[in-house]
Amino acid sequence: MVRHVIAPVDELPPGTRKFLTIDQRPIAVFNINGEFFGLLNRCPHQGAALCEGPLIGLAQSSDPGEIEYTKLGEIIRCPWHGWEFDIRTGQSYCDPKRFRARAYPVNVEPGANVVKGPYVAETIAVSVESDYVVVDL
Amino acid sequence: MNMQFRSRPDQASANGVKTAIADCDIHPARATKTELYPYLAKRWHEHLETYDKQPYQGMMEGPPYPKAQPNASRRDAYPPEGGPQGSSLSFMQAQHLDPNNVVLGVLNPLATGQGIRNQDLAAAICSAINDWQIEKWTSKDSRLKASVVVANEDGPAAAAEIRKRAGDENFVQVLLLSRNVEPLGQRRYWPIYEAAEEAGLPVGVHAFGFGGNPITASGWPSYYIEEMVGHSQCQQTALASLVLEGVFERHPKLRMVMIEAGFGWAPSLSWRLDKNWRLLKSEVPHVKRPPSEYIRDHIWWTTQPMEDPEKRDHLFQVIDWIGWDRLLFATDYPHWDYDEPSRVLPAGVSDANREAFYLSNALKLYGLA
Repeated sequence: MVRHVIAPVDELPPGTRKFLTIDQRPIAVFNINGEFFGLLNRCPHQGAALCEGPLIGLAQSSDPGEIEYTKLGEIIRCPWHGWEFDIRTGQSYCDPKRFRARAYPVNVEPGANVVKGPYVAETIAVSVESDYVVVDL
Repeated sequence: MNMQFRSRPDQASANGVKTAIADCDIHPARATKTELYPYLAKRWHEHLETYDKQPYQGMMEGPPYPKAQPNASRRDAYPPEGGPQGSSLSFMQAQHLDPNNVVLGVLNPLATGQGIRNQDLAAAICSAINDWQIEKWTSKDSRLKASVVVANEDGPAAAAEIRKRAGDENFVQVLLLSRNVEPLGQRRYWPIYEAAEEAGLPVGVHAFGFGGNPITASGWPSYYIEEMVGHSQCQQTALASLVLEGVFERHPKLRMVMIEAGFGWAPSLSWRLDKNWRLLKSEVPHVKRPPSEYIRDHIWWTTQPMEDPEKRDHLFQVIDWIGWDRLLFATDYPHWDYDEPSRVLPAGVSDANREAFYLSNALKLYGLA
């Protein structure tokens, strides 16, 4: 694993994202409310530049008419087919096939535990050292 | 440290395809609202600015259901020079045609004169769109071919436009949409089929349309996802109507393409048609053969959005029924439900079928082989 200094912290204020290529791998680094996250900029579904999508929340429903909206600003939505990934873990959250195959739990569970999707986006470790944003790759 | 910085990521496909492909559903857009004006008589500029367009459907502009992505398009497909997705030839080349090795791209403009109640305006806009396709797209990139867009509710005007474009190598098909004022086999549309057969142009029927009818046969559903799924219902209505009104009996050389409405339903619709035809053929004596035979003989199918069953064998069984020679690969670029060429077909397809699927079926159908 090699450490790459990618930018001074003040070049990546909250709400911004930076695209770069390290060792021919497309990467995006996000500052979300002062926390830094890195993702491989390639959707595991069909290969789109995933990190060009909007950051949204996770809408889930335990019953018709009841909607929980959580993880605000921490879900990246692919610019092509709208697949949603948790920016912290890379986990996708929508899989119609599993919806069909799996029995619904009768009780209400925390949203993230209900259904996980088949795809996991690749996360990249990002840290801040001496006012610089650093990527481990 | 080997690193480069860019303000935007590389727009090209991450999965460059080496073998040549035909993309049978590309949507060109206009960069500005007045981009068609050079192709429209001055009388229509004033009309549009004074009265705008009076559509059949209850919405002033756009489709009846708001889309999941802006302009129903990929968020990474905005041209760098501005304008909506699909409005720049150079960006379409850089993002799609070049990296995906598209050797034939069939243009299907959707925002046209179709669905406008003023039939003279509808015909004028359709003809303008056809001129615009040549000027902005096909004359600038020989890989691109245009579709003759016609005023769908005015059969004689539509037929005149087809005859005007007959023999023009910029055009490879006539374009209709699936949702019209009446089912597509009905007599008001017959002049379109007659002129298309005469011109040797296949007629594509693309999902969507502005005839004012709901997407379902039982009213307006609540969600966009129901419209997305409903396209296959509309297409089945259109196809059943074409067969049962005797369009293919009247026009034995007519070829039609079902665009962006799926193909997994083709066998079950055909079985149901055949079964009922055996019982009820005295009602439709002009339908001389089992409906499935007309469908097999006259219909081609674009692939996007690709059927995606849990078991790939189920996909292959459907395709075996339809025929590997009848599928036309399509991406739907730049729309959001785009199919990436390298990710569409599962493993286990012979080289010959793969080549037919991606390229040669389209070249043959469109007379470019």
